Amino acid sequence: MSFLPKPKLHHPKLPTNDLGFTRRDYEGAISTLCAGCGHDSISAAIIQACWELSIEPHRVAKMSGIGCSSKTPDYFLGASHGFNSVHGRMPSVLTGANLANRDLIYLGVSGDGDSASIGFGQFAHSIRRAVNMTYIVENNGVYGLTKGQFSATSDKGSKAKKGTVNTDEPIDLVGIALQLGASYVARSFSGDKAQLVPLIKGALRHPGPAFIDCISPCVAFNNHEGSTKSYDFVREHNEAMNQLDVILGRDAITTEYAPGEVREVTQHDGSVLRLRKLHNQYDPTDRVAAMHHLHERKAAGEIVTGLLFIDPDPQDLHAHLDTVAAPLNRLGTADLVPGAAALAKVNAALR
Amino acid sequence: MKPTDIQQPDTFHKVVDCQWACPAHTPVPEYIRLIAAGRYSDAYMVNWHSNVFPGILGRTCDRPCEPACRRGRVEEEPVAICRLKRVAADNKADIRGRLTPIPAQGNGKRVACIGAGPSSLTVARDLVPLGYEVHVYDGAAQGGGFIRSQIPRFRLPAEVIDEEVGYITDRGGVVTHYGQRVESLKALLDEGFDAVFVGSGAPRGRELDVPGRAEAAEHIHIGIDWLSSVSFGHVTEVGKRVIVLGGGNTAMDCCRSARRLGGEEVTVVVRSGFEEMKASPWEKEDALREGIPIRNYLVPKQVLHDQGRLTGMVFEKVRAEYDAKGRRSLVPAGEPDVTIAADTVLVAIGQENAFPWIERDLGLEFNRWGLPVLDEATHQSTLPKAFFGGDAAFGPKNIIWAVAHGHAAAISIDLFCRGEDVRNRPPPEARLISQKMGIHEWSYDNDVSPDLRFKVPHAPDEVALRDITLEVELGYDREMAFKEAERCLNCDVQTVFSAKLCIECDACVDICPTDCITFTANGEEADLRQRLKAPALNLDQALYVADGLKTGRVMVKDEDVCLHCGMCAERCPTGAWDMQKFILEAAKSVPPVHAAAAE
Repeated sequence: MSFLPKPKLHHPKLPTNDLGFTRRDYEGAISTLCAGCGHDSISAAIIQACWELSIEPHRVAKMSGIGCSSKTPDYFLGASHGFNSVHGRMPSVLTGANLANRDLIYLGVSGDGDSASIGFGQFAHSIRRAVNMTYIVENNGVYGLTKGQFSATSDKGSKAKKGTVNTDEPIDLVGIALQLGASYVARSFSGDKAQLVPLIKGALRHPGPAFIDCISPCVAFNNHEGSTKSYDFVREHNEAMNQLDVILGRDAITTEYAPGEVREVTQHDGSVLRLRKLHNQYDPTDRVAAMHHLHERKAAGEIVTGLLFIDPDPQDLHAHLDTVAAPLNRLGTADLVPGAAALAKVNAALR
Repeated sequence: MKPTDIQQPDTFHKVVDCQWACPAHTPVPEYIRLIAAGRYSDAYMVNWHSNVFPGILGRTCDRPCEPACRRGRVEEEPVAICRLKRVAADNKADIRGRLTPIPAQGNGKRVACIGAGPSSLTVARDLVPLGYEVHVYDGAAQGGGFIRSQIPRFRLPAEVIDEEVGYITDRGGVVTHYGQRVESLKALLDEGFDAVFVGSGAPRGRELDVPGRAEAAEHIHIGIDWLSSVSFGHVTEVGKRVIVLGGGNTAMDCCRSARRLGGEEVTVVVRSGFEEMKASPWEKEDALREGIPIRNYLVPKQVLHDQGRLTGMVFEKVRAEYDAKGRRSLVPAGEPDVTIAADTVLVAIGQENAFPWIERDLGLEFNRWGLPVLDEATHQSTLPKAFFGGDAAFGPKNIIWAVAHGHAAAISIDLFCRGEDVRNRPPPEARLISQKMGIHEWSYDNDVSPDLRFKVPHAPDEVALRDITLEVELGYDREMAFKEAERCLNCDVQTVFSAKLCIECDACVDICPTDCITFTANGEEADLRQRLKAPALNLDQALYVADGLKTGRVMVKDEDVCLHCGMCAERCPTGAWDMQKFILEAAKSVPPVHAAAAE
């Protein structure tokens, strides 16, 4: 970790976004993670994505649990709302916050321990309830804070730093998310911001449960020969399905593609997800095919990345529950406490 | 692009913008760190070795280093390098014991220096420690040349000149022939010197040639002559209304001197536009601050006089026109002439060289501008044993250039006297030394100060304008000097990259506060400059390119606005980035004498 704050001086030509902010305005405190941690690259990608989307920082609620990954919300979006919850309980806290105020942009940041072990159930239920959120798992396959034990996402056969071989089956969070109905599912790599930043942008604009499994090498405990989550291994086995561009309404379309190479998906808010195909047969709107492909390529030893599934017309928890559109903090007492007559009416309906 | 060769001394030297811009290549960040550490004597010695006159230059230097300073590109103003140099001079202890020792036994060679200005004195300083006997000739009664005669005392007290000239002339090995003007180079050569150095300056001020000049001659003075008369106390007053012609630093010295000698309405008149004036911006600022208007685009047309008594001048109004090649010409603006009333006119419109004392049959050739034909690197003339430096060499420049010429000429003279080829120049001495002390500890202060430039305190106008000998700048006190020194970005502490250690984790890219670092596919420079994290638009600043990465990409660092904060190295998990101090000693005939700072 560095002891000094990052100098405030910045590049004199640093551009500003529609709100007049530079990218530096979306930073947080300096990282206290190990030097070279993949998580820091993901933080940088989140900063870049929020800056490019001209998101007002105070409209974002960043939530996390416990672990190296869950420390990172301190390192980006210093002017946003933050909640560092109990281990594995970020999804519940996020769900509650989302129910109380649906106007904020919810960004849940978690790790493989936080989401695949202690918080596995929480993760699963927040996805199947279709909370409108961006859920990023910073997946390094190892318990870094406790010095490098295998986590639940470590691949079978993967070697620990001291040579132990993992004998347990891994949990594939992308597979779970697909199965439980996430409407935007992606996998990426902290070492490939060109892929990661647009995926985060697309997720932030997606009006439903958006899940990104981001492989993020642990430089201290899981970046050695025999690891399947090291920089070298991921680079060698990375199979990108597509390259995403997020096009907001006002952006001019400048690049031309040969027919059939590009597929466009328009989301509810008018933003366009333009997918440049890198893999001929892949259809990201077919959930079953996506699951099948994922298993097939995994068996072949590949790490499938890119936007793996998108439901262009998702529904979220609020739609399911038919909740009031206004955030609770904007409702008056009369709405929030409707009185005994209203209660009696509800009770009568249940008899 | 080809990978950058960091073993090439110029590669990292160029990154140290101040040192690169300094004609004498003074290691600026090194002495600024010493000032911050309170090691004023050490800071002085680093300077003395490079630029010979730290106390003088700390008050008067043209400071090519400051416009070059990287700090000026990341915030509003550069580090006050020049005035920090003065702090070292003002606060040092007695350093006489640390000067280069002079051998008791000479080497039997004799060298004559014509003129006792900065270039000649530099030659003397660089040769005497090698055993040379150096004879310095000057028509004036004291050494210093232009430094003493042309710079007003309110900018440079005489004690400072005496001290720093004395370090050269009063320690043995130098024979001064003051009050002895050289009238014939031939006669001097006949005295059997092994080599001659001509550092006689550019002593003639350019004349004003307009009707009325001759008639009103009594109240029209050539600027540099007038300044020297003021300096020696021969002139103690001036008319109430003064016109100063010219836009250079001499004109600024003239107008500010005139203000102090009773000039109430002092006006500077320049032919060109205000922006194109040759005077340094801070000198113009100082003049304006003292209530001296600068009027531009006025060409002298006529001197008005009443039977020899000057009454004013008439100027023609012009405007600038540029041709297709961008060359400027001043054409009449077609507006009515401007008349400015005056009692005195000071002419500071340039200087001319003159060597009436050099016989034209000695084999020493001159070019069509009246300057000697010289080898630019060796300063050797077409008469092999005669070398030139300072304003006598390539026309009027300034003190720091004169010093640089002196160093170069001293190397040549030493080679020449030893019978070696003067073109066989010694290389600069360059070293790279890691500054790593611990995981995140460096032997330099890498915390970047957010402070803006501190203003040097001045004596109040009511005191300063009443006494021409009172030094107007008070200099930084130690506390201010520390804070100003902390603004230095330590550009000599280089970011050195080792591709074989890099795992391409992007940590350096993410942390860099000024977006200097990019990992990308290689390409031609013009293309690469557009593809970086921040486009590298400053073509004066090189890209640092390294190949040999696993992914086949290259690391490209735009050196332009790097803060040298070391964050890339702190966040690097494998030590692929290291902060290494680049020490460059420009070649000199004498070895360095200072105790270098902790390396």
